[in-house]
Amino acid sequence: MKDNFNLIVAGYGGQGILTATEIIVGASLKEGNDVRETELHGLAQRGGSLDCHVRFGKKIFSPLVSRGEADLIIAFEAVEALRACYYANKETIVILNSKVFRSESKLKEIVAKIEKVAKKAYVIDADKIVRAETGAITGTNIFLLGYALGKGAIPLKKESILQSIKENIRPRFIDENMRLLEKGEKSD
Amino acid sequence: MEILNKKRGFLSGNDGVVRGALESGIGCAFSYPGTPATEIGEVFAEVAKETGIYFEWSVNEKIALEAAAGAAFSGVKSIVSVKHYGLNVALDSLLPLAYLSCPLVVVVTDDPGCFSSIQTEQDSRWFSKLGKIPILEPSNSQEAKEMTKEAFKIAWQYKIPVILRMSTRVCYSRSLVDFGLIIKPAKGKFKKFEFKLGAARTVELHKNILEKISEIGKLSESSKLNFIEKSEGMTGIITSGVTYEYVKEVLEKLNLKLPILKIGLCYPFPEKLVKSFLKNVCQAIVIEELDPFIEEEIRKIDSIKIHGKDVFSETGEIKPEQVLEGIAKILGITLPKPPQIEVEKRLSFLCPGCPHRSTLYAVKKVLGRKIFSGDIGCSMLGIFSPLEMQDFVVSMGASVGIGHGISKTTGEKPVIFIGDSAFFHAGMPALLNLVYNKADALVIIVDNRWTAMTGHQPNPNTGINAMQEEAKSVDIAEIAKALKADFVKSSNVYSFDQLCNDIKEAYAVKGVSVLVANGECRLVVVRNAARKGIMLPKFEIVKQDSKLEELKNFGCPAIQKEDGKWFIDKDICWGCTVCKQIVPSCIEISK
Repeated sequence: MKDNFNLIVAGYGGQGILTATEIIVGASLKEGNDVRETELHGLAQRGGSLDCHVRFGKKIFSPLVSRGEADLIIAFEAVEALRACYYANKETIVILNSKVFRSESKLKEIVAKIEKVAKKAYVIDADKIVRAETGAITGTNIFLLGYALGKGAIPLKKESILQSIKENIRPRFIDENMRLLEKGEKSD
Repeated sequence: MEILNKKRGFLSGNDGVVRGALESGIGCAFSYPGTPATEIGEVFAEVAKETGIYFEWSVNEKIALEAAAGAAFSGVKSIVSVKHYGLNVALDSLLPLAYLSCPLVVVVTDDPGCFSSIQTEQDSRWFSKLGKIPILEPSNSQEAKEMTKEAFKIAWQYKIPVILRMSTRVCYSRSLVDFGLIIKPAKGKFKKFEFKLGAARTVELHKNILEKISEIGKLSESSKLNFIEKSEGMTGIITSGVTYEYVKEVLEKLNLKLPILKIGLCYPFPEKLVKSFLKNVCQAIVIEELDPFIEEEIRKIDSIKIHGKDVFSETGEIKPEQVLEGIAKILGITLPKPPQIEVEKRLSFLCPGCPHRSTLYAVKKVLGRKIFSGDIGCSMLGIFSPLEMQDFVVSMGASVGIGHGISKTTGEKPVIFIGDSAFFHAGMPALLNLVYNKADALVIIVDNRWTAMTGHQPNPNTGINAMQEEAKSVDIAEIAKALKADFVKSSNVYSFDQLCNDIKEAYAVKGVSVLVANGECRLVVVRNAARKGIMLPKFEIVKQDSKLEELKNFGCPAIQKEDGKWFIDKDICWGCTVCKQIVPSCIEISK
């Protein structure tokens, strides 16, 4: 790993982006990193685009990832994945939920555009798997974290992430989220 | 809670302010919700009981500031937090309070890029010159905490209001913050002070405050909030706020060693310090968000070559890549061109089940296109497709006065929208004005019981206060009656036919008619139901029919059409029932 790791978590309001970010922040703090994070509040909950920036490593100044400097983009929706590619470069891994929300764009075309600017896009129908598993899609965020972990895209220990889930998720949902993380990790 | 940890915590800038205030021994805090300042109040509300301080959501920013002043006059350290144009509302009292030696800390959060702001992208640093008020500007969460403490020190030592100015990115970025000790609040005692009325007295107070600023100017020269990071380069960088953090990274990335002057206390301006910094360089690059506040100060005192707003934008947020490109451009460094990505825009919309959608859609259906006067709050999202209603949105409560002026001059009867929180904030006197001056208008108060847009803070309508205590719930219709509106009626927005009838009836009345459109924010309803384990109904399309085309005008995000077929996205249907009432033959509760 380089000195600093730059992550973007993207989607639209109400998808559990802040929780996913919180879990990564918690895990990276546990491993003794300097961490900075930034997210915007306000209109996001009303269906707007939302991206959280997490940077960790030896010493961080800017809370924002600079254009073209993301190591990893985790996106909960395809159009938002493409939008987040503002931060991508030829080494960037993009993990994305195959959902296309309120848009005429086609997934295939979006992925092709992403692969032009990034190193690799891993696409998965996370909503479908999570719905089959739990009956709802609220756990998509944790599932995608697991998926990114399985692809070796997050330079953090699994134990740190598990511990962080325990600290950031309401007790009655912890077991289900642990299961979703595992499921995501093992998914292709 | 992280901010009540003993030694350190991972805090946002907004959290940092709260911790800094607690370490200063504050007794009370006041605010009106406004993003990016909202969380300062929310965190105060959360920790108030445990730390023994008092916090309230005041009805507007002016009242919040005045209450904080009352506490300060009683010897209790107090703080008020508002968003940038929130301080416009409070300004009327802030300026005289400076004359009256009121030791107050005012946090104001600017929003470069207007991520949560529609009124203005103003730079609050100018308030300092207008009111002779010292201004501090942190770059990160640790500084937000330290500068809050410093603001209290200056305020109480010099008996003067002090502004802590933050920007969105400082408010909403988190980093590790080292803590000091929390100091218990003191009890207040109001000591009478000499107060005289008269022009001569006011002029004398004006002179006093100028003397104070001159004293604090000496402090600015030696304050650790303004510091130089020496280096051998001949180009000096002068910066403030979050752009300091970007400069640090950019210089490292470009492998440049340039001296930096970081300004944390920008009014009174540290002239001597700046002059001494400029002595050792051939040119200066000034990097600051929004207006050329620092740049203009420097131009006044030194003739050195300066780059500033010729390179860095006066509008929008300055991002790290813009700092990189700007510095590279000035120094003649070529950077690789980044790839261009075209992405469609995603506009915000009213949530599924939103009570405002029902009201707005009903108004358009019943009355057709009228003059639609809009106000601040969630209902302004009705400006987007497909409703496309509000003709303008200006500021809290302004829908009423502007609608009034239009009707007086055109003879057309406008439909004026205003939310419950905005009505309390600035709508009540405006409604009184309509009644008093014989207006002809329909005022629809869209009442969702919460200050929803900023994240559901309670208001005088909710039945609880900021400290989660039971509070009186004020009946808006009763207020309208007491203000002598010609017609007042409350209507449940989820009884669609009745709502349509009520709108028709209210609009037909000559004079000031008030319709209170009641429907609790659906986000709150859904959350409360989930907490109690109650399943709200979900709806589905049971018959494909051309009648469903009408739902395009309704614009619920859960109702979509794909490959010619209508369907309801069950993941986001929140069971409000209105679509079923619009097209009863095609929609049923999903089993």
